[in-house]
Amino acid sequence: MYFGLSEEQQFFQESIDKFLEDTVTVDALRSYRTGEDDNLIDDVFNGLNELGLSGLIIPEEYGGLGLDSLFAISVSESLGKGVAPYPFIGSFLIAPFLINKLGSDSQKQKYLPSIANGEYRFAVALTEMTGRRIEKGIQSSKQKLSGQSLFVMDDIHSTHYLILDSDGALHIVEAEESGLEKVELKTVDITSFVSELKLDQVKTEDLGNGPGNIDAIKQAINLGRVAIASETLGASQSMLNRSVDYAKERKQFGRPIGSFQAVKHMCAQMASDLEPCYSMVWYAAHSIDHIPHEADLMACQTKAHLSEVGAFVAKTSTEVHGGMGFTDDLGLHYWFKRIGLNRQLLGSPDLLREEAAEAQGI
Amino acid sequence: MNLDFGNEYADFRNEVQSFCEQYKGIHVTGSLYSYESVMDPNEKPKIEMDYKEWQKILIEHGYHVRHIPKEYGGFGGDLDIVKNVIITEEFSKSKIPTGVGGQGIDFLVPTLLEMGTEEQRQRYIQPALYLDEIWCQGYSEPNAGSDLASLQTKGELVGDEWVINGQKIWTSTAKYAQMMFCLVRTEPEASKHQGISYLLIPMDTPGIEVRPLVDMTLDAGFNEVFFTDVRIPAENIVGERGQGWLVANKTLVHERGSLGDPNKMIRRYDKLVNLMKSEILDGVRIIDKPVYRDRLMKIHGKILALKSHGLRLLSGRLNKGQDINLGTMIVKLYGTEMRYELETLAIDVMGELGTLYNNSPHLRDNGGWQYAYMYYLGLIIGGGTSQIQKNIISERGLGLPKEPKIQGA
Ligand SMILES: Cc1cc2nc3c(=O)[nH]c(=O)nc-3n(C[C@H](O)[C@H](O)[C@H](O)COP(=O)(O)OP(=O)(O)OC[C@H]3O[C@@H](n4cnc5c(N)ncnc54)[C@H](O)[C@@H]3O)c2cc1C
Repeated sequence: MYFGLSEEQQFFQESIDKFLEDTVTVDALRSYRTGEDDNLIDDVFNGLNELGLSGLIIPEEYGGLGLDSLFAISVSESLGKGVAPYPFIGSFLIAPFLINKLGSDSQKQKYLPSIANGEYRFAVALTEMTGRRIEKGIQSSKQKLSGQSLFVMDDIHSTHYLILDSDGALHIVEAEESGLEKVELKTVDITSFVSELKLDQVKTEDLGNGPGNIDAIKQAINLGRVAIASETLGASQSMLNRSVDYAKERKQFGRPIGSFQAVKHMCAQMASDLEPCYSMVWYAAHSIDHIPHEADLMACQTKAHLSEVGAFVAKTSTEVHGGMGFTDDLGLHYWFKRIGLNRQLLGSPDLLREEAAEAQGI
Repeated sequence: MNLDFGNEYADFRNEVQSFCEQYKGIHVTGSLYSYESVMDPNEKPKIEMDYKEWQKILIEHGYHVRHIPKEYGGFGGDLDIVKNVIITEEFSKSKIPTGVGGQGIDFLVPTLLEMGTEEQRQRYIQPALYLDEIWCQGYSEPNAGSDLASLQTKGELVGDEWVINGQKIWTSTAKYAQMMFCLVRTEPEASKHQGISYLLIPMDTPGIEVRPLVDMTLDAGFNEVFFTDVRIPAENIVGERGQGWLVANKTLVHERGSLGDPNKMIRRYDKLVNLMKSEILDGVRIIDKPVYRDRLMKIHGKILALKSHGLRLLSGRLNKGQDINLGTMIVKLYGTEMRYELETLAIDVMGELGTLYNNSPHLRDNGGWQYAYMYYLGLIIGGGTSQIQKNIISERGLGLPKEPKIQGA
């Protein structure tokens, strides 16, 4: 029996961590935000693809690494830790997962290798199933899609969209298709890419339409939710680590602030809340592949729980830094905001808890 | 990741399952320790049994204190934590009570196995296991609680006897206990931590006076214990003179780890769900009211986290390379605070009815919720308060600097 990440997974995490520490510095994020540097996104994209992230879960026969859900979420932990501006979950987990599960042979041939090599970039629009906030969503009739989708995830230089309609059917749409309008949305988190799509009689390609569809979509959403939770875990751990380091160095009243109990106890509470989250995220990921009857419940609860722990850590670690925590200079807010956006994506915690109650028959 | 325990354990699990089948519906009576009732209150017990008899059956089958050697009255099994996990899981599934622990079995016995003399093991372990001798823990004093090492109860070696004077407080079960393991200052010249010894004291020794203290549950769960020229044989010491702090710390580790058992938490959660299904407010079941559902689900999320964390801790004990240092440190804080939160919700879902107590009409589940709501506050304080846990986590787990020492403290 072994419950945890393998050596290989930990090793892989370390190489991502190293790359992100060097590339996604707070200075780099600031230059990107102010528009001085427009290479950051591409540098991160190319660098992480080179490590294999774009093809991580794509089967080897289609040019990927063929790794499992646990591996995938161990990667997203690192991406959260380093606030990577990289469309991992939508473009490289959910999209290839669904194409691989539901696509015909020729669709797999067409899309998977090109996703793995970074040529095709899918954004995903799943809000029909994870909380629709507009009156009318996406309707499909006669191979044409019309309507509106808020929020589309991971929409950065997209070549394709994967869209769920209000009947639960999936569609692939090319980004250049006529009748498709993309409105870029700006959230607080500059490291994520979300948009609104407006569709007017847009030509589409169906992705699977059999009875297995709904299960596969649920599984993909589970994977997405656990991966987001894991990102939040990584981001939170990073904030805690920085708080502990800061508390050891910063002096007030002639002593390190970390020797004040109020500060100590803030850190201890963060650690105590975070520590069991590792196991929860691992177990949830493991259940997607191996314990299917627990997967829905685990995914809902894991994302809901991490959202709460993440929000607490984000707030508390900012407080540990005093005024510094509030500055753009220190840049702690990039992590704060990533955690904030993650909380809402693919279902906010309150909605997920309701889903969790239903998933256990109450 | 591999959650399989392997084939040899499949056989073991089968064996435990058939045992559970045989005793399904058992109701154990007469225990001094509250058997957290695992049975559905509406179910009629199929078998009634005295707690000592049940303890004996469990030990004989190897389903309790499994790894204690046969010569000391145990089963003599290997120290196999996987088997222990399987036993707990299967008992929990079948709603059969596990064996009784308590201060003797959980703290004294492991200490004697590690640091006791052969005579001490022969003399004390078996009666402790079979609950013929109840043990209490005499650590805290009126002026030595969180700062335990400042304790002042005095032990002097006079001839071949220790002569003990002083006072202990908060001593759980002292009223019923035959024996106490006790921390006593025997080396007044030595530094705070080096002057303490770990002594074994028969409670019927002349000069001991036990005064029950009523606690907030209105039970007398703990006591004051006064020592006036209490004389016990010189050999009733575990470890060397002045080593008591070290000996005691071994057992504190055992104590804190036992407070976060996810199986217990899951059973309690199931009970809470049942309660919420049966309580009606303005014609609607509580479980169908979104505000209460949401609180329930928040707690459930924490339980799932703790359950998964249990697997990680188990894995860390089986695979030496896995670091579970910090993970182990948080268990007491996390487990007790969370349990308290669960009991709090139970009170809230009953509203005014939640405050009923003392055999009042309309009492739910024999008043167990209100009792537990108070009892678990006690556990947040006992065995190292939540604040002390946070000191430990931040200093030893995260490496934050200690507070500056105050002169003379
Ligand atoms: C139900 C119950 C059963 C018990 N059973 C036993 C038993 O069987 N045997 C036994 O020996 N003892 C027992 N105890 C005693 C228990 O271990 C002590 O109560 C506990 O260690 C706290 O000590 P204290 O009561 O003196 O509180 P204090 O130490 O006086 O603490 C009071 C408050 O000050 C805080 N505080 C103290 N020091 C610090 C610090 N350094 N940093 C931050 N905050 C601090 C505490 O967290 C607490 O909030 C039991 C207690 C309870 C509640």
